Amino acid sequence: MSEATAVNQAGELPPRPNPMVDLLTRLIRDKPLGAVGGAIFVLFLLSGIFANVLAPHGSNDTNLSARLLSPSLEYPMGTDHLGRDVLSRVLMGAQLSIIVSFLAAGLATVISIVLGLLSGYFGGWLDMLIQRLVDAWMVFPGLVLLIVTVSIVGPGMSQIIVILGLLYGIGGSRIVRGAVVGVREQMYVHAAQSMGAGSLRVLWHHVLPNVMPVVIVLFTTRIGAVILAEAGLSFLGLGVPPPAPTWGGMLSGDGRTYMYMGPWLALAPGLCLTIVVYAVNVLGDALRDLLDPRMRGMR
Amino acid sequence: MTDEQTLLLEVDRLKVHFPVTNGILFQRQIGSVKAVDGVSFSLRRGETFGLVGESGCGKSTTALAILRMLQPTAGQIVFDGTDITGYSQSQMATIRRQMQMVYQDPFGSLNPRMKVRDIIGEPLVVHGQTGSKAEYRRRVDELLDLVGLLPGMARRYPHEFSGGQRQRISIARALALNPSLLICDEAVSALDVSVQAQVVNLLMDLQEQLGLTYLFIAHDLSVVKHMSDRIGVMYLGKIVELADRDALFEDPQHPYTQALLNAIPVPDPVVEAGREQQILIGEVPSVHNPPSGCHFHPRCPVAIGRCGVDEPGLLGCGGREVACHLVGDGVG
Repeated sequence: MSEATAVNQAGELPPRPNPMVDLLTRLIRDKPLGAVGGAIFVLFLLSGIFANVLAPHGSNDTNLSARLLSPSLEYPMGTDHLGRDVLSRVLMGAQLSIIVSFLAAGLATVISIVLGLLSGYFGGWLDMLIQRLVDAWMVFPGLVLLIVTVSIVGPGMSQIIVILGLLYGIGGSRIVRGAVVGVREQMYVHAAQSMGAGSLRVLWHHVLPNVMPVVIVLFTTRIGAVILAEAGLSFLGLGVPPPAPTWGGMLSGDGRTYMYMGPWLALAPGLCLTIVVYAVNVLGDALRDLLDPRMRGMR
Repeated sequence: MTDEQTLLLEVDRLKVHFPVTNGILFQRQIGSVKAVDGVSFSLRRGETFGLVGESGCGKSTTALAILRMLQPTAGQIVFDGTDITGYSQSQMATIRRQMQMVYQDPFGSLNPRMKVRDIIGEPLVVHGQTGSKAEYRRRVDELLDLVGLLPGMARRYPHEFSGGQRQRISIARALALNPSLLICDEAVSALDVSVQAQVVNLLMDLQEQLGLTYLFIAHDLSVVKHMSDRIGVMYLGKIVELADRDALFEDPQHPYTQALLNAIPVPDPVVEAGREQQILIGEVPSVHNPPSGCHFHPRCPVAIGRCGVDEPGLLGCGGREVACHLVGDGVG
């Protein structure tokens, strides 16, 4: 910034725009597609959070006289073979997806941050050790690892969250580590060390805030990945067990069996899944471009 | 005053070697880079000692070793009468209060996510000297004022400042703990000439006001000439000449110093065009494989046979120290 900036006598600048507001305006102006994705994502969040209020029927209320009804005013997305309202189940499924994805992506991000900071900042043998363990972990294909662990510990929401958190967290630590290695060599980190600041202080005040853009993007993209993985697991019958309404479960159970009699059974959760994951990915890409252009092209 | 009291910092035959290793799992050392190889000098209280030399000659490494950010391979560092060479990092904590560093890059040395108040106050926080909130704020405002910035700037972020202002912030941070020694590693090299002059003047004012001692590292000889009381010239990890400023600039003894001074352009096109220039040929040799004997002999215009075999020591010679076979023996 030039010296000519309007500065009053006390050296105060005119108030700066809030960084969140600034980011939002940039998102809408420079990345309209990302903004649409963001809007869909917010809609998804709201409908999931208020699912209990929004759902016209109980998600597990059966009504055998109203089986396999096509969409109508009473049942906007039709009913399944037990007469359960599909809209209500999709809404409750969204809620479940949100719980699983936020907790699992949150856990994954925390694991990535801890491993990435330790590995990237301290370097040396610790870095070597952590990175070789990450290598070993990443050798296994994700889905195989998931199926094996779920078969061992049994299906259930908390298991899924922990497993997905571990799976994505360990892989993501690479990305955080890369960012940390870059920040570690910055002069301000050096300056803090030379004034006698301890490692914890340097990590917390200097390294972490400067890798936050990477972390935010990582978290966003992980949300989409977890939703998809959870649906995949539920589809295979390894996810959150029935009768809990999950999108993956709805696709594989009724959706497949009654596909010809009631295509809405598969279309409703399938479309929701596709649109939400697409929206999250588009939003993640836009955030990445806005916050950290260096991450372009990274998975 | 005795020697002990006048000397703030003594560096004695300091060596910093970096091992060069080969192999992935079972690393063995195949050589070493002698970044700093036997450097000795001392700083008197209140003086400015300039350390000059080309890039890669070990100036910054010397500074980092004094701060103990790098472990010296050999030699001794005596600060304020105590030998700190063997100090652990926790013992260094108290010493770090008294020696602070100002960095070259005014854009990289300030955390972009911290407000100026937190940047300047960080040394106070690290060393537990914050006191009450009001005291802390007053101290930060005081420091801002000391370096010629306005108190309202404390709430702003580094990117809102120009290079010169950032360097002032950097200096304010270094001064927060009332250090006795300030190490300026190319502190003005990244700035425009006009801003350079302002920061140099600020540093000189502060020295007068606070009785600071400077280790001023630079490659710009005119700045060093303006600032320093004594100057050490480094070449490939060694000091080749060490003298008072005036003596060095008026009558350089070492051929390398002569070449360096000769390279300073004269700000007058007529004089500059007619000036006889002694241009050094070749590049600085690699520190991985320095030349035998005197490190400077392959580029030296007056080298004799002995220079390629025998390494000259830094010898006293009329109030100065020179490492050259041709000086002091009456040959040069």
